[in-house]
Amino acid sequence: MSDPARAIPDAAPAKADHPPVTDWVHDFDHTDPQWTEDPYPIWDTLREASPVIHTDRFLGCYMPTTYQAVKEIAYDTTHFSSRRVIVRDVRPEIVNTAPPITSDPPEHKPAKQLLLPPFTPDAMKKLEPRVRAICNELIDEFIADGKCDAAARYNKHIPVRAIAHMLGIPEKDSDLFIKWIHEILELGIKDDATMMRAVHEMTGYFHGHIEARKQNPTDDLITTMMNARDKSGQPLSDGHVLGSLRLLLIAGIDTTWSAIGASLWHLAKTPADRDRLIAEPELMPTAIEELLRAYAPVTMAREVMKDTVISGCPVKHDNMVLLSFPAANRDPAVFPDADKVVIDRKENRHVAFGLGIHRCVGSNLARMEMTVAIEEWLKRIPDFRLDPAGQVKWSEGTVRGPRQLPVLFGKPA
Amino acid sequence: MSGKLKVHVDQDKCQGHARCKALAPELFELDEFGNAHEVGDGSVPAGLEDKAWLAKSNCPEIAIEVTEE
Repeated sequence: MSDPARAIPDAAPAKADHPPVTDWVHDFDHTDPQWTEDPYPIWDTLREASPVIHTDRFLGCYMPTTYQAVKEIAYDTTHFSSRRVIVRDVRPEIVNTAPPITSDPPEHKPAKQLLLPPFTPDAMKKLEPRVRAICNELIDEFIADGKCDAAARYNKHIPVRAIAHMLGIPEKDSDLFIKWIHEILELGIKDDATMMRAVHEMTGYFHGHIEARKQNPTDDLITTMMNARDKSGQPLSDGHVLGSLRLLLIAGIDTTWSAIGASLWHLAKTPADRDRLIAEPELMPTAIEELLRAYAPVTMAREVMKDTVISGCPVKHDNMVLLSFPAANRDPAVFPDADKVVIDRKENRHVAFGLGIHRCVGSNLARMEMTVAIEEWLKRIPDFRLDPAGQVKWSEGTVRGPRQLPVLFGKPA
Repeated sequence: MSGKLKVHVDQDKCQGHARCKALAPELFELDEFGNAHEVGDGSVPAGLEDKAWLAKSNCPEIAIEVTEE
């Protein structure tokens, strides 16, 4: 089987051209500024055209546009591999895996089973007081200013400090983790060298923490991973532990940061929803699910391993798939008023955390962080609005959320 | 006239989204991996019928069956 990635010499230009898109149905590009700014009308156009569309960009890539097509692909681990989970300009040899997200059956299940117990809803309840404290520490830093960039001062710091707390690494190293995430998930789509350097730095960082725990074991998730045994009773290799730690850091940070940010963005411009959540706090869990549906941040990827047919459309091997859970969540065939945020939506089979065996291992963590972040914000800052003098900026690529979110506190004068 | 309801989680389909446990903790519980199963034999006590249907209609994996006896 030929792999187009191998036909590309190592010296290939790191940054490919991304001319502006004029034909979304035949030439889509999820890094186009128009998509970054407002992807929802684009997805409506694509869905009307076909349940599966294709672009020649990214060395060939499909995108399922309907809930049904996304589901068919997510459930089909025979034709679709998870070994590459980001659609990029290049497909270099796979050297750094991050089990279980990059694993296929049969390796997937044992790798995932190891990570599940620390992330159950009960385990998250124990972490909740620390997250509440983190939120209030952050709010203390800016509330007197009467305004802030909520992305830079609030959303960004909550998940990274929470996951650092779980892993048992210093919360003060947060800025370093945020830099790596940006280099891997955003710059890495078009710049392989930057991505590889970030992965290398991150691996070195965690390697140090693993070595330290070999001398002095601690009560944290890194030690738990190091003490885990596989089915034959053997400890995991350092490589496996490093891969899973990389995954937890990468997957656990800008995803939830984006979800919290999009939720605050919605609430900043929707006073009715804000007032209702303050008056009816019991509605919060339902509202969080709806915000997850409407502003699901995470788009995953698959690699087509064998030709197949999805929702009647032929899909050929050697292509990637942009597996857009956010687009599935906007499918009007499944969700009435799909483009409206209905905070008391009763039936909500949203797929923000994926479907099938790769259901996000951190979904309970993300839900807890979102809930606590919104609750604590509304307690301290019940009235806020987008700052007309500022500009909201959204991240580019496969995790969507506000990276700049200037808001003013209090009621308009 | 409707009979008593029973809920059942299909273990092959459940992926541990835990939506049922959040919406109907009286009817569902989670194992150490966070995967769900029905409490007891799945019989739905009187007054909790709406929660049974709510759990079913929020499971992304369509893993919950609600049957009428």
